Amino acid sequence: MTAPHDELDEGIGRRRFFGYVLAAPTLVTAAGLVPAGPAASPSAAEPPARLPAQDLTELIDLNDLMTAAALPTSGLISVEVRPDGTVSFALPRAEVGQGITTSTAMLIAEELAVPLDRVRITLADARPELIFNQLTGGSNTTIATYTPIRVAAAIARQRLLETAAAELGSPVAGLTLKDGVISDRSGGSVGIGALADKAAVARTRQVSVELAPRQSFTVIGRPHNRIDALDAVTGRKKFTMDLDVPGAQPTMLCRPPTINGKVGSVANLAEVRAMPGVTDAVVVSTGVAVRAATFGQCIDAVRALRVTWKPGTAAGKSDESVLGELRAAELPLGLRPPTPVVEGAFTFYFRSNSALEPNCAIADVRPDRAEIWSALKSPIVAQQAVAVRLGLPPGKVTVHVTEGGGSFGRKLFFDAALEAAEVSQKIGKPVKLMWHRADDSRQGRTHPMATSRVRAAYLGGTVLSYKQRHTSVATDLGHGLGEIITALAARLPVGDIGFSQTFFHLSQSMPYEFGASSHLLSETDKDFNTGSMRNVYSPDVACARELITDQLAARMGKDPYRFRHDFLRDARSRAALAAVAEAGGWGRSMPAGTAQGIAFHSEYKSVSAALVEIDCRPETVNRPIRDGVAGPRVTKAVFAVDVGLAVNPRGLEAQMMGGIMDGIALALTSSLHLRDGYFLEASWDNYFYTRQWNTPPELRIIVLPSTSDEPGGAGELGVAASMAAVACAYGRATGTMPTSFPINHGTLSFTPKPTVPPVPPSPADGLDHAR
Amino acid sequence: MPEYTFRVNGEQVTVDVPGDVRLLWVLRDILGITGPKYGCGINVCKACTSHLNGKAVNPCAIPVEALQASDEVTTIEGLAATSGQELHPMQRAWLEHDVAQCGYCQPGQIMAAVALVRRAAAEGRAITDDDLDGLRNICRCGTYFRIREAVRAGAADM
Ligand code: FES
Ligand code: FES
Repeated sequence: MTAPHDELDEGIGRRRFFGYVLAAPTLVTAAGLVPAGPAASPSAAEPPARLPAQDLTELIDLNDLMTAAALPTSGLISVEVRPDGTVSFALPRAEVGQGITTSTAMLIAEELAVPLDRVRITLADARPELIFNQLTGGSNTTIATYTPIRVAAAIARQRLLETAAAELGSPVAGLTLKDGVISDRSGGSVGIGALADKAAVARTRQVSVELAPRQSFTVIGRPHNRIDALDAVTGRKKFTMDLDVPGAQPTMLCRPPTINGKVGSVANLAEVRAMPGVTDAVVVSTGVAVRAATFGQCIDAVRALRVTWKPGTAAGKSDESVLGELRAAELPLGLRPPTPVVEGAFTFYFRSNSALEPNCAIADVRPDRAEIWSALKSPIVAQQAVAVRLGLPPGKVTVHVTEGGGSFGRKLFFDAALEAAEVSQKIGKPVKLMWHRADDSRQGRTHPMATSRVRAAYLGGTVLSYKQRHTSVATDLGHGLGEIITALAARLPVGDIGFSQTFFHLSQSMPYEFGASSHLLSETDKDFNTGSMRNVYSPDVACARELITDQLAARMGKDPYRFRHDFLRDARSRAALAAVAEAGGWGRSMPAGTAQGIAFHSEYKSVSAALVEIDCRPETVNRPIRDGVAGPRVTKAVFAVDVGLAVNPRGLEAQMMGGIMDGIALALTSSLHLRDGYFLEASWDNYFYTRQWNTPPELRIIVLPSTSDEPGGAGELGVAASMAAVACAYGRATGTMPTSFPINHGTLSFTPKPTVPPVPPSPADGLDHAR
Repeated sequence: MPEYTFRVNGEQVTVDVPGDVRLLWVLRDILGITGPKYGCGINVCKACTSHLNGKAVNPCAIPVEALQASDEVTTIEGLAATSGQELHPMQRAWLEHDVAQCGYCQPGQIMAAVALVRRAAAEGRAITDDDLDGLRNICRCGTYFRIREAVRAGAADM
């Protein structure tokens, strides 16, 4: 088997790609999925990277595929044309709000010339044969799938045209395919649905195809609304907890008062089992599980349990003690050069990557098999881990990937799926397991606390060197991203270092001409449940870099925008920066206590720039907000983005808007406070993610014209420049460079909820608040 | 077990459940009405926002025994019918502005927005920036700006 590698057709100078028409009762076409990963495609101009041939042959033998019609299409992704004229595709990725089902449908609509509403995208179950190629992360989906999906769709179009030619008695050259209908010049026409069976083949064959050139695109690059928007606004969109799996009853855990504490003993299991609605109560590895007729009764049962707990992994730790550990682990910046320097030391506190949909999964475990439903970005690793936990062969564990209610890094892990499997096995019944919000906040994964130290040396108008030493509580990358990096590491110029260091190297580039630059990561302390949060290290790293950049500009007596513009490495970057400066009215005069900030960030083969205006005047900062924090208000945000090729500009805008809201939260309001081995925050009235009262009333996203034939990543891109621009604006408005994030971390703005019982009582006064 | 009768989305329902079970779970776990979402269970995230007799309420904070037989609960599933159209103007505005990302918060957002516009209309005034700032629904995907635009557009059509 080969990946959809391309070859140059000497005659026409266009790239041809290989794929397959698969043996099936209806028309099914396919292409090999290229490896994902940050290094998969080092430059936009190069063809997609592919697995080494020997690996591929281990995956699948082409002969098998060609001779046995019923064989699974190992390693392939396939497009199916159905007799009703619809086209279906099972995307081996997770949709968690980032809009990839829509952009995928657009790719197929483009190459197949069918209306978007006739393309049906589902999420593929875990497909172990895809090895590390079913991981949604690193903003990589569109980069990795852009070509193979189009190849499969283009082959379907080609096959449909050939079939129509026979059907209509006209040569292929005289046929046009539009809106799902093929017409010839003499008025004959046939819908693709009517051709779906006839175009099918009995033996799989390899074919080559040419892709539509960018100039001819009518779908790709035009703004489209999400294909699941109607379901979302009518309440029909189904998330894991909305699924009706027979017998799967609500299940929740009573969790320890400290991070990763363990059950010692339970005083009243029998009593709790007898509570109304409760069917089961059992001790499992992470706490005490209760299953009931409703989640409300689970909450009551959790609150009623009397458990003695053993200490957790972070016993006694606090923000201060972790900061001490980080300082001790910081790598040296080296000897101070004889030239003038700008230095900064920054602290970034723990942050929660909790999505609005809490960790949840459905599990139906039988003695000889198991079935799991959950929004999973690494379903293959999840399948393997569940199999190990249950003592079943991986082939006996079916993992369905459901639509996720947000991820932000959370859904790279499968904590709830593992737990649900364990509980279901233990009680011998299907379970619908959900974490209470308090659990999601206190025991869920966090973005690790970190420090960043920076030193930039300069002389006259030249920056001679830039060094950044990032030190972080260890980030758990044990969800498969590590496998990708390992698999590709041999091709990378980073030598034999660990996953996270490799990842750090890959993700951190220096966009400015700052002489000799070096970025190093050091990690310490594995006692926490961590995971990367949207944009991983970059928001913190870029925030520190951009603040130092403002300092350098000030030392050289230059304007922060002009300084960046002068030092950015390439025209594409400068264009993004100039776009926000112009649209945002950079340099306009503003009242004391308010200011503009500007920042730049490039990653995922994309470039971005943000300009924000902030109001730090006391009357704004102290405006009254019930059960929330006000703080400085970002009054305006302008964001420019160039992702190379924007498949869906409207979806891209949405991702940037979300990134801005994250950036505002990271800079100003959202963090977890660690005290005595647990996080104080237990819900959204404690954890201050951006709310409407923090949202800039003026906001503009500029999608720059496509500069490439290949798309770059977008899902996480918006966060770094936004956070940095807010921090820079805050520094300029207050006259002091902020060094600790979020800036309000030092003030605890709420009364912590108790840790025993671990979840708060359900309020009963809802009618009093009807409005 | 006691029985409780009330109306949901235009139909009378009777449920057999302890009276202190919150309406959110009666809707989701017993009646299978899953539009209202769980995001906190303590009336702070507003993901479960629905209407009771036309006003925004949070069913995670309402024991089912607090409902009267004549009480009309409207969830996102029943919103369109209250406008007598296939989609409520606010839902159309939401589509027009392509607001939803993951979509998890959106039923609650729309229900809160409709109630806000009704409130402002009852006071004979247009939606202000302060009104929009006062929407407490969390959107962890950060769709706030499009929500602001959609609420204004939906209000114009209501
Ligand atoms: S679940 Fe009801 S307000 Fe959060
Ligand atoms: S759209 Fe995802 S939480 Fe709002």
